[in-house]
Amino acid sequence: MERTIYREIGLSRGLAGAAAIVALALLAGLIAVVVIEEGGHIVTGMTNQIVWGTPHIFAIFLIVAASGALNVASIASVFGRSAYKPLSRLSGLLAIALLVGGLAVLVLDLGRADRLIVAMTTYNFSSIFAWNIFLYTGFIVVTALYLFVQMSRGGARRYVPAAGLLAFLWRLALTTGTGSIFGWLVARPAYDAAIMAPLFIAMSFSFGLAVFIIVLVTLSRLGNRPLGLGLVTRLARLLALFVAAVLYFTAVQHLTNLYAQEHAGIEAFILRTGGLYTWLFWGGQVILGGLLPMAMIFGSKNLGIGDAVLASLFVIAGGFAQLYVIIIGGQAYPLEIFPGFVTSSSFQDGVVAAYTPSWSEIALGLGGVGIAAALTLLGVKVLRILPTNLGDANLAAQARVQSA
Amino acid sequence: MKQPTPRPDAVPPSRRDFLRAGAAVATITLAPGVTLTAFGGSAEAEADANHRWGLLVDAGKCDPDCSACVSACSQENGWHDTGHPETDAQWIRKVDLTEIATGRELSLPVMCQHCESPPCVDVCPTGASFRRADGIVLVDKHICIGCRYCMMACPFKARSFIHETVPDADKRSFAPRGRGTVESCTLCVHRVDAGRVPACVEACAATGHNAILFGDLNDPESEISKALAQYPSMALRDDLGLDPGVRYAGL
Repeated sequence: MERTIYREIGLSRGLAGAAAIVALALLAGLIAVVVIEEGGHIVTGMTNQIVWGTPHIFAIFLIVAASGALNVASIASVFGRSAYKPLSRLSGLLAIALLVGGLAVLVLDLGRADRLIVAMTTYNFSSIFAWNIFLYTGFIVVTALYLFVQMSRGGARRYVPAAGLLAFLWRLALTTGTGSIFGWLVARPAYDAAIMAPLFIAMSFSFGLAVFIIVLVTLSRLGNRPLGLGLVTRLARLLALFVAAVLYFTAVQHLTNLYAQEHAGIEAFILRTGGLYTWLFWGGQVILGGLLPMAMIFGSKNLGIGDAVLASLFVIAGGFAQLYVIIIGGQAYPLEIFPGFVTSSSFQDGVVAAYTPSWSEIALGLGGVGIAAALTLLGVKVLRILPTNLGDANLAAQARVQSA
Repeated sequence: MKQPTPRPDAVPPSRRDFLRAGAAVATITLAPGVTLTAFGGSAEAEADANHRWGLLVDAGKCDPDCSACVSACSQENGWHDTGHPETDAQWIRKVDLTEIATGRELSLPVMCQHCESPPCVDVCPTGASFRRADGIVLVDKHICIGCRYCMMACPFKARSFIHETVPDADKRSFAPRGRGTVESCTLCVHRVDAGRVPACVEACAATGHNAILFGDLNDPESEISKALAQYPSMALRDDLGLDPGVRYAGL
């Protein structure tokens, strides 16, 4: 019987190809940063009505997925599922990489990115944004510590359960903080709801695991490591459960809003009359990112690894659609400053705000994805992250040994 | 022997103040355009918690065809139409209203409502959005990082992000503007501190409409307090409980 052995992945043509694609994404991001810094936000599609745009969709997706990517490790060390244990290191590495990528996009989109030092030294503790700075940097530290105790050979290994529990609690706090960025916005009818925090936690479970499955399959191929179908199927079934949870919280969010007449306007906008936003909600989030992957995973008796990857891609596409509806749709719907009146002004009062993402915003977001991918590739190249054998037979033998 | 406590309104110029002033002059001289000497501390020093500055807009007196308040604010503070309506800053705007139930039409200016509990101040991560002791809500341009969370939080769409480089001709020493930061109505804090009324109020009075009244909401003898006591008025989005310093009559 083989033990779980972690090894750096070797240089191969496939790895070089992946690195080249990642380099292109980084280059795109770099060009976008230069263009936006040089020309100002006028070169983006963002306006005084749509103040947060495509960079924020990428950033929040990456940040939310980061905390979700850590779940695989949590399932192993907090909930004692030993089958997931060999994946814990990759889970921690991916979580850090995704968070750094997301934060980079958020920071580089600031009007005064050069004042990052101000954000790191001047705090207003009534702002959830200020708290998030601590939650995000703390997450990196806690997860790095978790990774360290997992990888250490000496006595530090006994701290794995404690570090795992701390990381799990921290990731819950982190996603609560991210959801509360919207949940605590009293001014806008699309937000201002306590359910934003649990909704974002469910989203993080789902998006994070979808990203994890794709990264795991890709790295196993690049590193020429056996990957068991049973393991992937197990992850995919868990993903389908998380997808269902997102749909559940989404349903509760909209049903609650529909009950209150004051939210009838925004609900009609998202669910019926919002054009692109309505299409993205039903077609993107609910069908492509929700029902379809659930049907693929729960409906198939012979789910292949390719099917699991495809379902994960659908979940990610649905996630982007969902964040587009939440972030852009929530801003596009006009603020109701004068209830009972039809309004018009030179500042677009009373009209649905238009928004077209610019190439620079998309490139900046891709740059963030590139940073996350580069850190992950670098991590598995220089650290002992990926097990040499993730075949089902090997994992089953391992589990028997551990439970004996 | 115990030193007598000086009265807060009669502080003699200290050595610290002298050094601070010297540093400010040096900053302006050495790094023009690099450092924004926003409200350079003096605004906070002069803010007096005994006052609460506010406006009363009378929609019944506001002429739908008049935008003198908007022009005056633009002229005073250096923001204007650059041909990009989606991204141009607007510190004050005229909103035309039609009541759905009755068809009644009216027009009124909307600007920063200078809330007692401003959401923009709550959400600002660095504390750049702040409320002076006298109720005026401002942006400290030194520490605004341009995250725009305040714009997401403002129920009145009162804030603008500066998307383009501001030409030197549009910069005022009392109202610094810099690309990548957020700005809004300052209630003409520089005028208020000098004992004058905001530019919009002055311009409205000059047209003879007198639709905007400025004054101290804390002083029961002020014209604005008397008017508020005499006629019905309301705050925008009163349901949010933000207690804005700007009130509206005739809505």
